[in-house]
This record gives sequence, C-alpha cells and structure tokens, in this order.
Amino acid sequence: MKPAAFDYHAPRTVEEAVALLATHGEEARILAGGQSLVPTMAFRMARPGVLVDINRIPDLAFLRAEDGILRIGALTRHAAFEKPVAPGPVGALLARVARHIAHAPIRQRGTFCGSLAHADPASEWCATTLALSGTLMVAGPDGQRAVAAEDWFQGVFTTAIAPGEMLAEVRLPLLGPDWRCGFAEFARRAGDFALAMAVVALRLDAGRVAEARIALGGIGGRPELAPDAAAALIGQLPRDAAQSSAERAAAGCDPQDDIHAPADYRRDLVRVMVRRAIEDAIAA
Amino acid sequence: MSRHVVTFTVNGVAQRVEVEARSTLADTLRESCGLTGTHLGCEHGVCGACTVLVNDIPTRACLMFAVQADGAAIRTVEGLAAPDGTLNALQQAFQDHHGLQCGFCTPGFLMLSTWLLERDEVLSEATLREALASNICRCTGYQGIVEAVRSAARKAGRWAE
Repeated sequence: MKPAAFDYHAPRTVEEAVALLATHGEEARILAGGQSLVPTMAFRMARPGVLVDINRIPDLAFLRAEDGILRIGALTRHAAFEKPVAPGPVGALLARVARHIAHAPIRQRGTFCGSLAHADPASEWCATTLALSGTLMVAGPDGQRAVAAEDWFQGVFTTAIAPGEMLAEVRLPLLGPDWRCGFAEFARRAGDFALAMAVVALRLDAGRVAEARIALGGIGGRPELAPDAAAALIGQLPRDAAQSSAERAAAGCDPQDDIHAPADYRRDLVRVMVRRAIEDAIAA
Repeated sequence: MSRHVVTFTVNGVAQRVEVEARSTLADTLRESCGLTGTHLGCEHGVCGACTVLVNDIPTRACLMFAVQADGAAIRTVEGLAAPDGTLNALQQAFQDHHGLQCGFCTPGFLMLSTWLLERDEVLSEATLREALASNICRCTGYQGIVEAVRSAARKAGRWAE
C-alpha cells in the first residue's frame, strides 16, 4: 500500500509541464488532486516513474464565466461547484451534481479536469460534460488544441489525449434560461461510485422540447449519449414523454455484468435514472 | 526516486524534513515528525482515518505526498488539546457522548469535525450525517460521533435546529 518510487517535479508554467512530459514520455503522469491517481499508485496498479505536479501552476487556477462559456481551469476542485458558479441552469446543475462526487474532503482536493482526464466510467463530471457538449482544451508541445466531449471518451480510463499532452481546461456552454438541466444517479451508499446515472439538457420552446441531450454514466466503459432517448422528447411536453424516453434509453444501452450489478439490473436503473433526470430538469 | 527537503508547519511548529517523493504526508507526519496521532487505515483514501487539515482544508494525508505540502500549515489531532492536556470542546464532546470506542478512527473524525465547525455554515442533522459519512468507524460507533459533533456545534452556535 505504498507507492513505488518516482521522481517528482513541480513546474510553475504549463510550458514547463509539457516540456517535462516530452522529456519523460510514457513514464510521466500529471498529478493534480491525486484523489484517483494516488490510490492506484498505492495499489501499484500505476507505477509512474515521474510525477508532474501541476498544483503550483498559477495559470491553471481559474474558474470563470466568459462570453457564455464556463471556463474551468485544471486546478478547479470539485468543491468549487457545490454552490452555483454562474446564474442559469448549468450553474445550478453543477451544484446538484457536485454533491454526489465522493465525500467532502475528496471534493476539496479532487479536480474537475482530473476527472475528465482520468475518465472513470462512473465519473459524474464526465457524463455531465458529455451531456452539455463541453470542449476540452489540451496543452501539448505545439500549444493548445480543442477536443469535443463526444470525441474525448474512448474507453475505460482512455481518452483522446496523446502522449506528451495534458488537459489544461474544460469549457462548458452556459446554456440560456430556455434550457432545463437535470441529473440523477443511483449508488448504494452516499459517496459510492454510481451504478448508473443520467444527465439531461433540454431546450424548451413554449413548454415543448426543442432540443435534447441525454448522457448516461456508470454502465459501460465510458459515458455515452442516448440519442434515441433524446429524440423521443422532441416536440413533446417533457413530463409526458419522460417515460418513453427512459424506455428507449434502457433499450438502447449496453450495460455490462460486473461484481456490483448484473446487466439487467443496470438496465432497469438506466430507465429509472433517465426518468428521474428529466423530472429533475423540469423541477429545476 | 528523487529526495526533497520540505518545510511546513505542524500545529504551528516549523518542521524541516527530508523525504522521498513517494512519502505520503501521513507517513511523513508519523515517521519524520514523530506525530503518530494521525492514523493510517486503508491507505487509499477511503476510510478517512488519516484526515488532517492542510491550510485549513480537510485532506486525506495518505493521498497527498509530503513534498506537495511544502510551505503549508498543517494541523493534526496533536494540536487540538491545550498544552497541559486539557481537551478542547470537540474532544470533550467526543468523550461525553461516547464518540469513540477503539479510538483508531478518532483522529480523522476529530479533524474532519474541526473543519465542519470552522466553516461559515451552520450544520443540520442532514448535512452533519452526510459529512461524517466521509469517514469510516469500524466499531460502527457512528451514533455517538454524530451526537458528539451535534453537541459541540450547538455549544458553538453552529447548529440549525
């Protein structure tokens, strides 16, 4: 239960951090909040030879709303979202989601961007970023590039990040007042990893759904969109269409059996979580 | 396998230690600083026994490397009682309400609760129970812990009736 030996670097700029990644290649890992990486190192499931600690890079410590975009720097902790960070449906959604992430001390240290970089299938922020069509800003030797959330998640703990790159920022659109956002998850105990979760974003026009996005998490190797379930809402009153949308989400997902739950149980949970997330959006 | 000289304060006392990069803050407090009040249970961030305050933030000391704490102000369970051993109000509440059995988890619960009582928010039954769920008591003596912190919060004027 002690991590294997490694070399430690604490750069002061993103450029220095990227240069360290270039120098050390696959041996190097970024250390931000450490709430997922350090346990895997304690178990020696991860044995990085070099840790690049980004906690002393002041340029990554930001969280601000700018031109309708919420810009989340790599050092923004989960706890920063416990109270709405911006007026409107997205700030309120993030506050409701944040309460479900692990426990209070973990939320004080773990970071939003770290969750996206780690890409745990049961990460609340991953499903949320997918539902909101977020953009991930990746820093590398040639500067920054943008990756759409839909292209980010490639499998269990696997993302579109390339060797030598680091996630510097996530951008979320601050949806307008005609949007409603909702969240629901099921975990056996408070703070546990969810067995299933759903995040929905609905744009309403005269009470009917004009646009809809639904993301599911915790059920497979990566968070995924449920386009059929979202399509079932279009043109409908969300309350009336919630159940049929939920049925489509359950029919369209492909949960896996594991030691925590059989696939059929997870499919049932998806049905209930999608319905509850839509109800949460309406109530919000 | 880098080694680092790290300076920080623990309970107001300056410390200068030389550590391997992989030394956790918890191991460093225990082995380099001789402060064995911070206990290690699971060593992977689940049980909360090693909770200390780093710059007033509750932190799993098993999930932070000591080298990361360079320049920080750390508080541990050793800093709670008065120098003559008189328990502080929270510790006294734990004793009065049977908030400990074997005592192994107690330092973590005390530091977590210290933070809860210092925050700018009043506690309610729901928020208290949710926050205390952060840590594990393997004796399952949770009820006494809840009662102890509730009592301390009431006395400190931080309880929402």
